[in-house]
Amino acid sequence: MNGFDFERLVVDDVSRHFGRRRALGRVSFTCEAGTVAGLLGPNGAGKSTLLSIIATLAAPTSGQVRYGTASAREAGPAIRARLGSLGHDLYLYPELTARENLEFFGRLYQVADPRARAREALERAGLAERADDAVSGFSRGMRQRLALERALIHEPRLLLLDEPFTGLDDGSAHALVGRLRLLRDARTIVLLTTHDLDIVDGLLDQAVFLRDGRVADVQRPVAGLRERYRQLVAGGGRA
Amino acid sequence: MSDPGSLATFLRVTWLVTRKDLTVEMRSREILYTTTFFAASCVLVFAFSFVRDGRPLDAAAAGILWIAIAFAGTLALGRTFERERVNETLHALMLAPSDRPAVYAGKLAGILVLLGAVEAVLVPLVALLFQAPLFAHPGHLALLLVVGTLGFAAVGTLFAAMLVRARSRDVLLPVLLYPITVPVIIAGVRGTAALIAPDAGGVAAARAWIGMLVFFDAVFVTLALWTFEAVMTE
Repeated sequence: MNGFDFERLVVDDVSRHFGRRRALGRVSFTCEAGTVAGLLGPNGAGKSTLLSIIATLAAPTSGQVRYGTASAREAGPAIRARLGSLGHDLYLYPELTARENLEFFGRLYQVADPRARAREALERAGLAERADDAVSGFSRGMRQRLALERALIHEPRLLLLDEPFTGLDDGSAHALVGRLRLLRDARTIVLLTTHDLDIVDGLLDQAVFLRDGRVADVQRPVAGLRERYRQLVAGGGRA
Repeated sequence: MSDPGSLATFLRVTWLVTRKDLTVEMRSREILYTTTFFAASCVLVFAFSFVRDGRPLDAAAAGILWIAIAFAGTLALGRTFERERVNETLHALMLAPSDRPAVYAGKLAGILVLLGAVEAVLVPLVALLFQAPLFAHPGHLALLLVVGTLGFAAVGTLFAAMLVRARSRDVLLPVLLYPITVPVIIAGVRGTAALIAPDAGGVAAARAWIGMLVFFDAVFVTLALWTFEAVMTE
């Protein structure tokens, strides 16, 4: 599986139960390379559970996720080599410096020159001058920028972002939107969850609306995001 | 770039996780200082109880050494995984492009190094306070400590990882860990006693206990590597 890559993410009839509680019920959608897709829905709709399953951190009760032609069961390590993830927690070691964090994850993902890649990533994040400071001293916005670079250090095909705009000021949020547009141009599949509809309106190529663990609608192209969200999710429109 | 599922990748990820854990510990020294202090305090309390008029109870030293190792080990295991829980970095490690048991092996190796450092303080302390000839057979004692600590930490690392998201993990870890590692502790105590008490079998008996510990280690490490991916996938 060395050199494994994929151009399409297929979520096929995925259900997930925790005991008798259903978190996801028969969720299906497809994302192509070069797409920024949003998983939208109220709290408890199953967005984070679905992201965990796509990230191979959780297994579906039934159904499957396919990364091109492979599933996590068939090619877990190879799929994870092409997958970047940024959760609500930022997956950074506060005791390590920004540079050490990036170099550690760069080595973990076998990037060609982890030092050079970390240096470039620090410059992109605007943290070159704080490269050798412990992350514990960073503000939330600085950590978020560093965490995004951590998730991207191995140039993943699939980037999963769980509430990436939380805690960011306007400038940082717009910079993140700009970065996501560049990733789309580089044919990355970006799948994000967010409640900040105003920020992602105009960014998303595809919107998957979830309600009570089920797909309420899939929009592609996306138009009138907030109104559609209100109709389908908040207002209890058609399923 | 080696194949993500290959042995070379497994060993590389193991080494990276171990080195990262030790770097973090060198920055804070939190686990090293607290476990060493805790273990030394245990030995000191036992010394007040079991040493009368300068004479220790027969073979008490072996039991106290291993109890202190078990207590210190439990503390170290809990704290090591608490660090990964606070910032959800365990998720990031689980996303590493290798077989997931490599993360287990890396955490285990880091804990072994930490416990080795604690034992380097504990053994002379027990030898001093209990007048035990622990250094009469240094090679055999070192071997006993290595294989005994490996058996204890192999089970402990798996359980600590499993419990990382459990609310009552601090209580559950010792409750689950001690019953399963009783054979390791008993073999460690009897093997050490054989080395320091003339009537407890000597080097031949210690070798037999070392052999038993190697068997436990093989079973525990194999089971842990085999089950780690399944227990860590939600």
